[in-house]
Amino acid sequence: MEFISRLVQYIIENYSELLSLSIEHLLMVAYGIGLALIVGVPLGIIAAKFEKLAPVIISLTNILQLIPSLAMLAILMLYLGFGFETIVVGLFLYSLLPIVKNTYVGIKEVDDSIIEAGVGNGMTTLQLLLKIQFPLSIPFLLAGVRLAAVIAISVATLGPYVGAGGLGKEIISGISLQSDVKIYAGTIIATLMAIIADILLGKIEGKTKRRLA
Amino acid sequence: MIELKNIGKTFDDGFQALKDIDLTFEEGKINVLIGPSGCGKTTTMKLLNRLVDYTQGEILIDEENIKDINPITLRRKMGFVIQNIGLFPHMTIYNNVATVPKLLKWEKKKIRNRVVELLEMVNLDPETYMLRYPSELSGGQQQRIGVIRALAAEPSTILMDEPFSALDPISREQLQDELLRLQSEINKTIIFVTHDMDEAIKIADQIILMKDGNIVQKGSPQQILENPANDFVKDFIGEKRLGMDRKLPQLNEFISKDYIAVSDDTSVELAMDKMIANQIAEAPVVKHDGSYAGVINLYEMLSNKDQNLQDLINQSSSVITEEEETENVLKKLDKLHGSTPIISAGNALVGILDKDKLLQALKDVTEGKSGVA
Repeated sequence: MEFISRLVQYIIENYSELLSLSIEHLLMVAYGIGLALIVGVPLGIIAAKFEKLAPVIISLTNILQLIPSLAMLAILMLYLGFGFETIVVGLFLYSLLPIVKNTYVGIKEVDDSIIEAGVGNGMTTLQLLLKIQFPLSIPFLLAGVRLAAVIAISVATLGPYVGAGGLGKEIISGISLQSDVKIYAGTIIATLMAIIADILLGKIEGKTKRRLA
Repeated sequence: MIELKNIGKTFDDGFQALKDIDLTFEEGKINVLIGPSGCGKTTTMKLLNRLVDYTQGEILIDEENIKDINPITLRRKMGFVIQNIGLFPHMTIYNNVATVPKLLKWEKKKIRNRVVELLEMVNLDPETYMLRYPSELSGGQQQRIGVIRALAAEPSTILMDEPFSALDPISREQLQDELLRLQSEINKTIIFVTHDMDEAIKIADQIILMKDGNIVQKGSPQQILENPANDFVKDFIGEKRLGMDRKLPQLNEFISKDYIAVSDDTSVELAMDKMIANQIAEAPVVKHDGSYAGVINLYEMLSNKDQNLQDLINQSSSVITEEEETENVLKKLDKLHGSTPIISAGNALVGILDKDKLLQALKDVTEGKSGVA
């Protein structure tokens, strides 16, 4: 009980500092996922349209995901140096797999009869993609974004190791100062962030799905 | 008019789906392609909008070779109703129906008017349904939308790939009826694929029965039912439906012996008494040897009481000869009255036509034909 009141007191006293760390944290995640969407959606579409490329694209993004996160960030740091960009690129690479894979699956999942209706009514390949296949794959894509967001929020706590900020800063300084409240404050906020992102994106996903049911 | 000449289709794996198909789809007719699965009926249909390309022969649409037409242009000019309805689930009913007009870049106002017109055509209130999504509609309503989507850009030809097979029997019946009603207004060339013989008999102008990539028989439902080309056709049609097309019974089934005749040597007064007593206005007249002389009319006699009965006989009143085909009698039924005399080759009166019994028999036959198994 005494610990909880200390924690609450700490959070209240350091409110603005924690808020700016949280915003920084969110920004890293948003940039990473934004980049992953810009690159990953076209990659997913290419994989779906050119069946032969699909295993190559999916395996490559899969391998990226398998590299331990600390190791990945360390390697990136070798080339990009210390700073915000390094963590953003790391998060981008981590988010690629769920986004590419879900775009691919989403497009593949579109019912054959709907495709046939599109083609049979005289849509070109591009029209079919833009008017039918892509819109119908959005619920899948959103599920990918949701997964990517949860992963990215957690990986982003490693930011300080490569010179970026975010909630990791609070946790790491808690480790070096041996301060339990600092460690808990950083952890709780990062975890809450992940939970809220999961719930919000889940709601949006559900909404788009319901309409297509 | 669409002509298929010596069409063959061999798939990449060597499977010969179609072998030498010769076929004509007439303007404004419902052509039904039917056969067991794998017979090539759907492939044949999909050749027409080039979802499948043939490997032999040629297809002409109004004399123009199909290969000279851009497939995208071709498809926009041809309505297409697919088997599993295939509405776009993320688009409103309005946008679904407007698919092809939008692809053709029609003006907004023209599209709107057309969508409203089409929805009204299938009795779906535009205000209620336009902004709904397909998942909010019943299966039957969805396929109505599927059908009007195909009609939207006024195509002259409509391809329908087992459009009603996924529906429950009641909706299916309704949509078939609606299709027939629509067709009487729009007169499109319809190519309709089905595996349901009842459906084919009900809606087709021409039935094309296929098996193993060949046409086994083509013709009107009547022709196929009356003269099945071989045992396969008979089997496919089924004993029951063949039975339905049985002919009407022979004419002698409809001859009533229970009639009042007047002999030509009775007086007008006696004849009148007899007819009034039996409550008939007209009676056949027979000579003493039993041969038919004509008919006599009660009102005629009433106004000419003082004349000789023989002078009042109407000899030109219509009669039926005993040998006539029942169908033939039916054709002139509207000119016959209830008690038309039937005479033998030797001019003897054999009875009168039982019109009620004939109509009942006709009703039985036609009901049997359209009845659903």
